Amino acid sequence: MIKSRAGWSHRALMLLLMVYLLLPLAATLLYGFAKQWQTTVMPESWTLEWFGEMFRDLRFLEALWTSLYLCAISVALSLAVMLPAVFVITVYLPKWETFMKGIVVLPYAVPGVVAAVGLIRAYSGGPIDIAGTAYILIGAYFIVVLPYMYQGIRNSLITVSAVELLHSAELLGASRKRAFVTVILPNIWPGVIISTLLSFSVLFGEFVLTNMLVGGHIQTIQVYLYRRVGESGHLASAIAITYFLFILALSTVLMKLGKKMNGVAEK
Amino acid sequence: MKQRNRWMLLGLVPFVVMVLAFQLAPIASMLAGSVRGPGGSGITFGHYVKIFESAYYLKAIKNSLLISFYSSLIGIVVGLACAYSITRFTPKIRDRLLMLSNMTSNFAGVPLAFAYIILLGNNGIFTLLFKEWGWDVFAGFNLYSWTGLVLVYVYFQVPLALLLLYPSFYGIRDQWKEAAMLLGARPWQFWRTVGLPMLTPAIFGTLGILFANAMGAYATAYALVGGNYNLLAIRIGSLVTGDVANQPELGSALAVLLAVSTIAAVILNHWMSKRSQRFTAAHASSGRASGQRRASRAKPWRAVKKEAGA
Repeated sequence: MIKSRAGWSHRALMLLLMVYLLLPLAATLLYGFAKQWQTTVMPESWTLEWFGEMFRDLRFLEALWTSLYLCAISVALSLAVMLPAVFVITVYLPKWETFMKGIVVLPYAVPGVVAAVGLIRAYSGGPIDIAGTAYILIGAYFIVVLPYMYQGIRNSLITVSAVELLHSAELLGASRKRAFVTVILPNIWPGVIISTLLSFSVLFGEFVLTNMLVGGHIQTIQVYLYRRVGESGHLASAIAITYFLFILALSTVLMKLGKKMNGVAEK
Repeated sequence: MKQRNRWMLLGLVPFVVMVLAFQLAPIASMLAGSVRGPGGSGITFGHYVKIFESAYYLKAIKNSLLISFYSSLIGIVVGLACAYSITRFTPKIRDRLLMLSNMTSNFAGVPLAFAYIILLGNNGIFTLLFKEWGWDVFAGFNLYSWTGLVLVYVYFQVPLALLLLYPSFYGIRDQWKEAAMLLGARPWQFWRTVGLPMLTPAIFGTLGILFANAMGAYATAYALVGGNYNLLAIRIGSLVTGDVANQPELGSALAVLLAVSTIAAVILNHWMSKRSQRFTAAHASSGRASGQRRASRAKPWRAVKKEAGA
């Protein structure tokens, strides 16, 4: 089953694919460090000026901070709402799972631009006028991460056989609440952390909803990047690469955690 | 016991409130808006009629459908070839390659459009280089046009196709290949009569996801061509947020049409993945295969990431 030798055609194809996929990234990276780059294959001279300028730019730091705290609040809210909900559905109301799956797959089938139209219609004017505020964005973010959160928490609950664990704990005299907090939570925690980080990285890259719902009032890192693209290419490169490295670090942590968990599960 | 169960239901309340408020209510409001009569009263299908009578909006729909179709098709073809290639490597190298390709998928939306502007824009590195070297072949190329958009769309479709397709290659067992060879089949005959038919549900399923992904993509196109290129998602955006004239009802009707197309594509995927599960169910009992299956089932959720970014 295991093929250790890949023919040269496979190697060539993979090489081509990797060059194709990495070329835009490499170009952005080089552009961020380039001082003079015209009509040559590699930049003529290098500089750290753009990165310096980026960190001196108050608007960048502000946008970064806005992104971080908006994502953190949304993910925390999602965690607080989804943990009990998925627990109740999976353990006590398994009949409703199909219905849940339908609800959870919707944000995946409905594009961001459509969701934004609905949200703007529902919340500009009328009794709840929260258009253009952080509240509507946090609500929208909650829906965006719904699939990841549901899937992550549900898989963890099933992997640790939550129902059996709960029965054992109750048999030994623990109350349901106590059983949930002291037995179930610590067991599903690693899986929950993974879906939390994944959700965070998804929200960090969100542009459509942010720009359409609050673009004029609140600048996240994506909206900021969009605004800067037209001004200075080098500066925008530096921002794009910094953003990418941050997401990369996040996904590396994610993958390490995932591997660790799989390793534990296979033992 | 009953009492305690009822108490447990309280845990569902915040979830139900959030979903109602931010998912179902907006969808209902959009549907209502799309059939709202002039002056806010009565029900009319006038907005839909207007769309289908307007050459401008029909063009937007046609452009979106075509770009989604072509970019998905190219994505599938490249993805299939690369997915097959990737299964020929050792698991360790395979995982590294997948990780790299997955990594690039974080580079969607605004940063991606920007990277392509650096490479191939009006003052892009390649654009200037080719001019310097006198390569006229590329002189006609314009990133901010149809070909440019397809090029950028394909970039985010390929890793997605690769990720969704490669697990299904493990459903084709080497024994079948050997059996076919023993019976005198040439490799292409095996792929034509056994391999490809086996992969068909996976291919159409993936096509559904890619299509929905491209139809809904907004950020990439918006950052690349702004409001200048006539795409459905872009039109909806400008109708609703009022880059031009604010016509929320028309925007709602267009949004409903877009949602119908992506939901249909996702249903196609769901349907097809059920079929391909039937194919692979037989050998899922062996540990390795079930591991593969688990991976393939878990992956689509991770893959949605692109939609959020694009």
